[in-house]
Amino acid sequence: MTLTAIIFAGILTYFTRMTMIALISRDMLGDKIKAVLEYVPSAVFPAIIFPGIFINDFGTFIDMNDPKIFGALVAVIVGYFSKNIIATISAGLVSYWFLIFVVFN
Amino acid sequence: MLTKKQLFTRGMLDISPHMLSVIPFGIICGAIGVELGFHPYLVYAMSFIIFGGASQIVFLQLLSGGASSLVAVASVGIINSRHLLYGAVLSEYLEKLSFIKKLLISYVVVDQGFAESNKFFKKNRSEEFLHYHLIGTGCTMWVCWQIATLSGIVLGSFVPEELGLKFAIPLTFIAIVVQDLKKLDHVIVMITCGLSSLLFFDAPFKSYIIISPIIALFVAALLLRLKK
Repeated sequence: MTLTAIIFAGILTYFTRMTMIALISRDMLGDKIKAVLEYVPSAVFPAIIFPGIFINDFGTFIDMNDPKIFGALVAVIVGYFSKNIIATISAGLVSYWFLIFVVFN
Repeated sequence: MLTKKQLFTRGMLDISPHMLSVIPFGIICGAIGVELGFHPYLVYAMSFIIFGGASQIVFLQLLSGGASSLVAVASVGIINSRHLLYGAVLSEYLEKLSFIKKLLISYVVVDQGFAESNKFFKKNRSEEFLHYHLIGTGCTMWVCWQIATLSGIVLGSFVPEELGLKFAIPLTFIAIVVQDLKKLDHVIVMITCGLSSLLFFDAPFKSYIIISPIIALFVAALLLRLKK
């Protein structure tokens, strides 16, 4: 029963991946749409970033002094100047841990 | 002109820093599935059949919370519908491939792989075997995701929960978009998407994840019109 649902979810997910790659040709997208598609990373990833920071596991907003906000700010600054993915992730995590384990403990 | 092997390796290298967040997250996903009371084989089957990060956790949480299979399947479809946007962007670079190759390559398109390969594609349009970069990012992600979720399933949550490693996921995406903060139009689009995602967070079926990009892309279209 659950396996059937997993298979359907998998087929649906595969279709989301395959549809635009396999069934759409370049001529079907006009220049205007292509120009807008340049913004896809900036238009999609914040929908993963913002809730990941500002909403907790119970689906409610965090406080404004939550360590995650500080960790995210540090990650943005380090990422902007270092242009390094590992440095960005580590800086965010370490500053977050510093707050929850050292400062707020 | 780079060879297929060089492009594949380049893809692997470009995505590997993201494994710092993907591997702990995969372990957590595997462990949560078993903790929720699902058979280990089923939890693993999802990594193979769905291969879709957070959507796998949502699926199991909905089912264990008493939601119908239909609701769970629909939610996975909606969460993963963002791949339609990735596909629309990538289709330009993959156009020369045969239909079969397009069908095969589609299976390994993931968020971080799309992001890194798209950056590479923009700078190296003239390369003949560009798609090997995407295969490199996708396969690296696939292998790491399978190993990580399997270890979570077998070993349980050996990653201490107090570490809050789920927080590494927003951080990995910050690393992807942070350089675009230099461009005002991108900043506006990002803030529109981010605020919309918070505003619509409670919309049914987790649909905020596709509603907010659509709103943000409308704003992008408006900005393009203003620029002219």
